[in-house]
This record gives sequence, C-alpha cells and structure tokens, in this order.
Amino acid sequence: MSRLSDLRYSDVTPQSIYVNRRRFLATAAAAAGAIAGPFSGQGRAAALTGAKSAFSTTEKPTPQQVITSYNNYYEFGTGKDEPVRNAPKWKVPAPWTVQIGGAVAKPKTLDLDAILKLAPLEERIYRHRCVEGWSIVVPWIGFSLSALLKQVEPTAKAKYVAFETYYDPKAMLSAREAGIPFPYKEGLRVDEAMHPLTLLSMGLYGETLPNQNGAPLRLVIPWKYGFKSIKSINKITFTEKQPDTAWATYAPNEYGFYSNVNPKRDHPRWSQASENRLGEGFLGKGTRRPTEMFNGYAAQVAGLYNGMDLMRNY
Amino acid sequence: MPKILASKWTKAAVFLVCLAPAGYLLALGGLEYRAQVQGIGQPGNLTGDPIKYITHFTGDWTLRFLLLTLAVTPLRKLLNQPQLARYRRMIGLYAFFYGCVHLMIWMGLDKEFAGAELWKDILERWYITVGMASLLGMLPLAVTSTAGWIRRMGFVKWQRLHRLVYGCAALGVIHYYLLVKSDIRLPLLYGAILAVLLSYRFAVRRRKAGAVAAR
Repeated sequence: MSRLSDLRYSDVTPQSIYVNRRRFLATAAAAAGAIAGPFSGQGRAAALTGAKSAFSTTEKPTPQQVITSYNNYYEFGTGKDEPVRNAPKWKVPAPWTVQIGGAVAKPKTLDLDAILKLAPLEERIYRHRCVEGWSIVVPWIGFSLSALLKQVEPTAKAKYVAFETYYDPKAMLSAREAGIPFPYKEGLRVDEAMHPLTLLSMGLYGETLPNQNGAPLRLVIPWKYGFKSIKSINKITFTEKQPDTAWATYAPNEYGFYSNVNPKRDHPRWSQASENRLGEGFLGKGTRRPTEMFNGYAAQVAGLYNGMDLMRNY
Repeated sequence: MPKILASKWTKAAVFLVCLAPAGYLLALGGLEYRAQVQGIGQPGNLTGDPIKYITHFTGDWTLRFLLLTLAVTPLRKLLNQPQLARYRRMIGLYAFFYGCVHLMIWMGLDKEFAGAELWKDILERWYITVGMASLLGMLPLAVTSTAGWIRRMGFVKWQRLHRLVYGCAALGVIHYYLLVKSDIRLPLLYGAILAVLLSYRFAVRRRKAGAVAAR
C-alpha cells in the first residue's frame, strides 16, 4: 500500500521530538504494566506517505500520540480515551469494500486497493476542530474525495451525498448504550463533497489509519466540526433529499446538517468562540485560542454558502 | 467492629483514603511534568485533553463523595453501627473539597479566569448554572459543619439546614446528566443510587409517622 514520496513525517516533525517519542515508546513498552493504556492501540500500522500539498497549514502538527489516543468514535466507547483501548481489538474486515450508489449513472462497489489507485496520495496538514471545543492539527494522508465520487458519475438528481460507517454489533457498542443511532450516518451537499479540500483519508503521520482514527478510510472536512468527518466508511449514496445524519437526528436543536465551524453560533450548552489546542502547554494550560470562521478555511469555502443564513443553517 | 470504627486510627486511615484520588491526580500530573521537563511532550497519562480529564475526574469524585455522605446514615441504621456517624462530616467535607477543586480547574485552567466568559457560561449554560448552585449550596453546610455551629444553632435547626445536602446532590446529578452528550448511563446510575438513598429516608419517615398514628 505504500507509495514513494518526497515528504515523510520527519519533514514536519522536528527530529528531537520523534526521536524522543520513539525513545519514550520503547521505554513505555519495556515498562509494560506500569501505566498501561495510552499507546496500546499503536503498532500495527503500515507506512503510507504522500506528496506535500498546497492545502497544508504551516501550524505545528499535534503530537501523534494525542491524535491516536484521544478520539470520538462512539462505536468503540463514548469516553475519548476508550476507542484507543477498544478499537484495536476489532479486526478490520478484508477486503474492505465501499458500496457507492443512489442517483448515479454507474453504481460501483470498490475495494480499498482499487480506491488507493484512483489518485496520488497527498499529505495534507489540516486543522481539526471538535464541536466540544478542542482542536488538533493532523497530517492526514489521502486525496480529494471528488476523485472517488467521479467514478460513479452522479446524475442531475444528485443533490446530497450520504455516508455510512461500518457497523459490527458484536465488536461495537449498541445504539442504546451510545445514545446515538447506528450505523453512524453523515451527509454533505454535493458541492461540499466535491470541494477539493474535502479529503478521503487513509492515513496520518505517514502511516495507515489506526482503527480508533477511522481505519481503513474516512472523511476529513476541515471547515466543519469533527463529527462530520465520518470514520470507517463502507457505504456512499447520492440522494435528492438532505440525508439524515447521526447527531442531528439525536438532537436537532444542538447539531445541524451543515455544522460549519462558526465562532458566533454557540452550541446551546457551550460557547464556540474559542478552543483548546491539544498537545500543547503543561496540562493544557494557556492553549485557549479564538476559533476562526470555517476553522480558518473561509477563503476556500465561504463561497459555498453565499446568501445563506449560517445562524439558522447551523 | 464497633471498636475499630471508634478508633482514631481508623478515622485517620479513612482521611487518607479519601485523599487518595487527589494524590493519584497529583502523581499523574507529576509524571506529565517530568515528561515535559525531559522534552518528551505529553505522554498522555491524563489523556490527550488533560484539562477535561482533570475536570471530569474531580467532578466525578465530588458526586461520589456526596452519595457516600448520604449513604452513611442508612448504613449506620441498617448495620446497627452508630460509630459510623463519626465519618459523615469528613466525607461530606471531602465532597466540598473535590467540588472546589473542580470549580477552580474549570475557572483557572480551562477558562483561564476570563471573567466575562465565565459569567456568560454561569448564566447561560444550564448545566453550569445547576452545578454552581449545587456547590454554592454546599458552602453553608461546610461552614457550619463544626461541633461549635451545631451548639450555636441548636441541633434541630442545624439538621434542618443540613437537609440542603439532598438538594445539592440532586443538582449535582442533574448537572452531570445535562452535560453529557448522549451516553447517559453513568448519570443515570448516580441518579438511581441517589434515588435509593433518598427513598430510604422517605420510607423511615413514613414508618415513623405511621407508628405515631397507630399510637
């Protein structure tokens, strides 16, 4: 699965940090049993690299161990430290297939290997803002989702795209336990889905995605709150009507279909004006920063919402 | 058993056990600090979001100690161990202690003492309003927890005031229920335990009232 490339994660992470990280990982492995946990989900990843992208931010990527040990993946536990413990036990079905249909001329079911051949892999360093008020910077590996969606030739009827996460009731929480409907569903307008920033990601930090981050492939929509970036996708459907999405179904007054990052539009239970950047500062002290409209991607995406009232269409 | 419960050493031991969660948190913080000094960055002992972890950890223990305080009287009566009453004040004060740490972490570490934003949150966010009310309600109880205050107020009045703890515990559970996103299992568990502890008191009262009426 790996590709030749001129950019490795050593290019974006200072050597001292990753050397230290490796030393720490080695120590941690040696001292197994002392404090088990944070990294138990790592170790099965394969190398996966991509070419530098003009879409990348110059901000410093969040340490890998934070990105891979602090996840919202409700199927594997509703606490953010749970997926790193539970998800690695899940065996990703092989071959992984993605069924693409609905309002399209050529419905297709593609497996992961075929998808990986559709476009050259890129490394895109994106800001990622969670609706809960924290943010990270992630060096994703992948390519624009449009490369995949073009394969099925959407018809004129296709206005929206619905996505679904693989659901295995034996390995995952029940909808009742998690409190939200499963299989997890998300959706985008077709123009949002086809936007070059919308990324289909198969890796991060130069490696394939860990299970807790949405292996083997997921969306990354950097100008929307994190829950829009659906994980472990196995079904994509083009639709005429706006599809149901998990969180908006659960609490429509709290989560909308669009869920664009918007510092002016507070969540009913917390402010969205600022965020804590994870992985910085002792105990996270002094990491609060103002949140930017469209998470700082307004120049690229504001045009998609011309004339729309974003306070109502949240 | 009564002898052990009456011992001052047992009381000292319980004091230390109640301090253990705080000690555990400090130890994790120490590990993080050492890692920081050594330039390793965050090893993740407090998860990727230490502020949230510490906030939830101290909030959890506030609720647990509140429920434990309310469990003392039923246990004392059901097990017929009057000496258990000696521990109630200490456990209650620990609830207040963890609650105060919880509040300080939120105000200082999370919101960085941004006055305007704090006020906005307290007034606009229901779960914060309710949590603040719960902690504020515990303040007079903590202040009047000494033997001196019981004497000054008279036991009947003092006891009436201290029934405020039922409300504080209920508000604490509601605070938790309101803030979780969708997985309500733990708040419901705390709520169920609280319901059992309060129904016990209700049942005892009814039985007493019944006994009086039957006379």
